[in-house]
Amino acid sequence: MIDAIAEPLSHTFFLRALIAAVLVGTVCAVVGTYVVLKGLAFIGDAISHAAFPGVVVAFMVGGSFYLGAGIAAVATALAIGLVSRRGGIRADTAIGVLFAGTFALGVFLFSTLDGYVGDLFSFLFGYLLSIGPEDLAALAILGSLVLAVVVVLWKELLYATFDPLGAAASGLRVDLLEYLFLALVALTIVISLQAVGIILVVAMLVTPAATAQLLTVRFRSLMAAAVLVGVGGAVAGLYLSYWLDAATGATIVLLETALFLVALALGPRTGLLARRRPPVDVASA
Amino acid sequence: MSESSEAPPFDPHSHPHDHPAERRLANVDAGRDPGHARAHADVWLSDVTVGYGDKIALEHVDLAVEAGTLLAVVGPNGAGKSTLLRIMAGLLRPWTGRVEVLGHPAGQQARRIAYVPQAELVDWSFPVTVEDVVMMGRYPALGPLRRPSERDRRTVTDALERVGMTAFATERIGALSGGQRRRVFLARALAAEPDLFLLDEPVTGIDATTQEDLMDLLEAEARRGKTVIATTHDLACAAQRFQRVLAVNRTLIAHGPSALVLDPAVLARVYGGHLLVLGGQAVVIDDAHHHDEADSGEAHFHEGGRGERRP
Repeated sequence: MIDAIAEPLSHTFFLRALIAAVLVGTVCAVVGTYVVLKGLAFIGDAISHAAFPGVVVAFMVGGSFYLGAGIAAVATALAIGLVSRRGGIRADTAIGVLFAGTFALGVFLFSTLDGYVGDLFSFLFGYLLSIGPEDLAALAILGSLVLAVVVVLWKELLYATFDPLGAAASGLRVDLLEYLFLALVALTIVISLQAVGIILVVAMLVTPAATAQLLTVRFRSLMAAAVLVGVGGAVAGLYLSYWLDAATGATIVLLETALFLVALALGPRTGLLARRRPPVDVASA
Repeated sequence: MSESSEAPPFDPHSHPHDHPAERRLANVDAGRDPGHARAHADVWLSDVTVGYGDKIALEHVDLAVEAGTLLAVVGPNGAGKSTLLRIMAGLLRPWTGRVEVLGHPAGQQARRIAYVPQAELVDWSFPVTVEDVVMMGRYPALGPLRRPSERDRRTVTDALERVGMTAFATERIGALSGGQRRRVFLARALAAEPDLFLLDEPVTGIDATTQEDLMDLLEAEARRGKTVIATTHDLACAAQRFQRVLAVNRTLIAHGPSALVLDPAVLARVYGGHLLVLGGQAVVIDDAHHHDEADSGEAHFHEGGRGERRP
């Protein structure tokens, strides 16, 4: 057993993947906590798909993956913010249009390239085990940046999420915080793309916080539990995929989903054991 | 209250579509020199018109509220009560007209203002405790990075004690009753130590004891020179507990001492056919659960589910 855990660590590619998994698991869980509380899971999905054309263009011109994905994702995130603040149409409709349109652009651009089917697969589903040293460095820098912003502004983000009107009236720049937050979501998605790919990244963002929400009702412990689920799922998924020789991103997401289902079944409020207790959530006027 | 009809503040038979100049006479204090009113006002509005999308919510509002006033804003559903509060809070920009709050253009003195939204606009499933919510009142003054100090904590403890919620400090906000939630939000407002309280429906849908407690607190704040402006559906509360009343229905209909404004004849004009007068006491026949015209995309939260965005 100890061998099974220690053996992979003798490979540098596995060590790099492990560090990336811990970083991605942490950043996704922290930002994902706000995403879940704001009810923005759909926006996360849209931003990750919108990153695809950026990735393809970066690939075509031989530019940086992070630059391509980052520009596309942040631009889409800010466009979503603009549309949902000022647009005359419903935000979810606009997001649906942007989501499919940008992804189609990525597929279209990709189809003009010859013979890169293997790369398409890694864009869509991640390639954590083959992450390079430069990619890992970029991931670490961007991840630390995102975490630093949350450390500085967690109170303000919390207040603006809980009661945007009260927060704005008391002088917080709720509009700027909203745009900043969307940019943070975009950066989080960009650094997670290599781990789990475009299709599954939304799970990294949403599932740990959703699981934590079933277990606790305090903001701080919720974020802590989300980080635990996110990092635990990523590390365990990495090992499992190595042992089973299965797709890493999918294994991580499957593990996190399993944890969510366990929490759903056994959690204090939703679980089978809680069913017999009277609901505590009913508010009287 | 019925006696006050012997001294009618203005002609109750005039119509809402009167000439604007005449309409302004509806302000009971209109005789006062406007420059004087502005200089002494905590909240001053001049010919303010505002709406959502292309719909007008309030038009031609002139208003001066003196410091230390306990003012109720009454009017039927959709009359623009919440809109008026949002204008004062700097959350909405008027289409035309000028707004000064605490001596500066609206929005500039935000840290001296505590605004409490309607209960339906808050996501009660949020994972925060009672003391977390009250501490939010301290956040704007704290600024980024700084952690709450001993003084901040003491202010929160004091505020919780004043609203009688000390025992619930570590409870989740969503586990409380409607009245307890209103107490906690008032505690958040108190913890911000503002000069101006803007409260949207602070006493709607809560029990009589809570209503009396909260009104005692607001009265105490007004006595300390703070200005308290609250919208309400409860005309009896407005008459008994507020010094002054502002009646709105798409524009300012009447403004003055509560006894004068809550005259049945005045109310008839504010509420149209939705008013029933029983033995000198006016009763509004009105759907109590209603939101004023709201911004598109604004989330409303009701028990048992997440907010739905308005189309």
